[in-house]
Amino acid sequence: MRVTQGCFSFLPDLTDEQIRSQVQYCLEKGWAVNIEFTDDPHPRNTYWEMWGLPMFDLRDAAGIMKELADCRRVYGDRYIRISGFDASHGWESVRISFIANRPANEPGFGLQRQEAEGRNTRYSTFSYAAQKPEGERYSS
Amino acid sequence: MEIAPVLAQLDRELIGLMPVKTRIREIASLLLIERIRQKMALATTFPTLHMSFTGNPGTGKTTVALRMAGILHRLGFVRRGHVISVTRDDLVGQYIGHTAPKTKEILKKAMGGVLFIDEAYYLYRPENERDYGQEAIEILLQMMEAQREDLVVILAGYGDRMEKFFQSNPGFRSRIGHHIDFPDYSEAELLAIAQLMLEEQHYRFSPKAREAFEHYIAVRKTQPLFSNARSIRNALDRIRLRQANRLVANLDRVLTGEDVMSIEADDVLASRVFSKAARETGLNGKGDA
Repeated sequence: MRVTQGCFSFLPDLTDEQIRSQVQYCLEKGWAVNIEFTDDPHPRNTYWEMWGLPMFDLRDAAGIMKELADCRRVYGDRYIRISGFDASHGWESVRISFIANRPANEPGFGLQRQEAEGRNTRYSTFSYAAQKPEGERYSS
Repeated sequence: MEIAPVLAQLDRELIGLMPVKTRIREIASLLLIERIRQKMALATTFPTLHMSFTGNPGTGKTTVALRMAGILHRLGFVRRGHVISVTRDDLVGQYIGHTAPKTKEILKKAMGGVLFIDEAYYLYRPENERDYGQEAIEILLQMMEAQREDLVVILAGYGDRMEKFFQSNPGFRSRIGHHIDFPDYSEAELLAIAQLMLEEQHYRFSPKAREAFEHYIAVRKTQPLFSNARSIRNALDRIRLRQANRLVANLDRVLTGEDVMSIEADDVLASRVFSKAARETGLNGKGDA
């Protein structure tokens, strides 16, 4: 099951050329671009790990594309996302975030039902991939 | 694409520097031919644009390097045309493991533009074998090769020390496509530079002052620590001081625009350069500057 989160996630995967122009757009807006990766696809997982430091004061997307290529070389079997952070007053938050890399095989999510007091049922989702320990989830 | 106006502007704003202008013209022509070849579906390779500027102090290395980004941008060689100007401090870290991220960050910032490394020979310190400069050099070399289309590196420094630097880092010499040597300016060129500088600041020489300044250049050139255009700029700064002093000393009249703009022969002749020259030739020294 294809994970959809962030911008463009209902579109086909972006090509490198498309990623480059999105990154260039961020830079022209003056946002700091970050590369993050994770192998826990749960939508509530906000703790993605950063690849290097946030990249401030860049003018051209080439530097970020190089970092993305480096990150893919190491964590090519995980989710990698690119986010643009707007540091300007009043925003001070992430303005854009999109997935730039995903595992070849995404096993998707299971639904868990829990019978609670009375006739209540509680639901939760869990990712099949996350049942393995971190680092072994997609690299089989 | 308009190459001609770019080159014309260069001719207008930079005096002398024939080898530099020739090389820029060559690069521009090469680009044009590459474009044509591309249209004819012939094999094209991206030319190596890394440059090294060597020359004596004050020959315009830094000025040209800062311009080069704009030129290359207009010629379509670099995408953004900004300059990141760095020295050793910006690339080399203070402790183990600090250098690589620092250098890489600078390189990323410079991508799409020009990385200008002033006094590049300071990167390499042979007397200290544990110096982190070597690490910065290695990363630099690797990026210069791998990211040739994203980054133009310009090294600048004095001729003899750059020569030593290249000898101990042969990888650098071969990765740099253009070694440009900046010649010393002739006296006529120095005068033209002086007049350009004065024009920019809305001053002008009186005919006599101009003559005196020609003499000044001839004398100053023979004295030690002469650093071409930089010496001229410093001399003009001092001449402006003396001109102001002369005007303030005699404030009982109405100053006209002509007064505050023109530089008289006395302002030039009061320079220490002349008194020193006179002492050396055994003549009576003029008033000290």
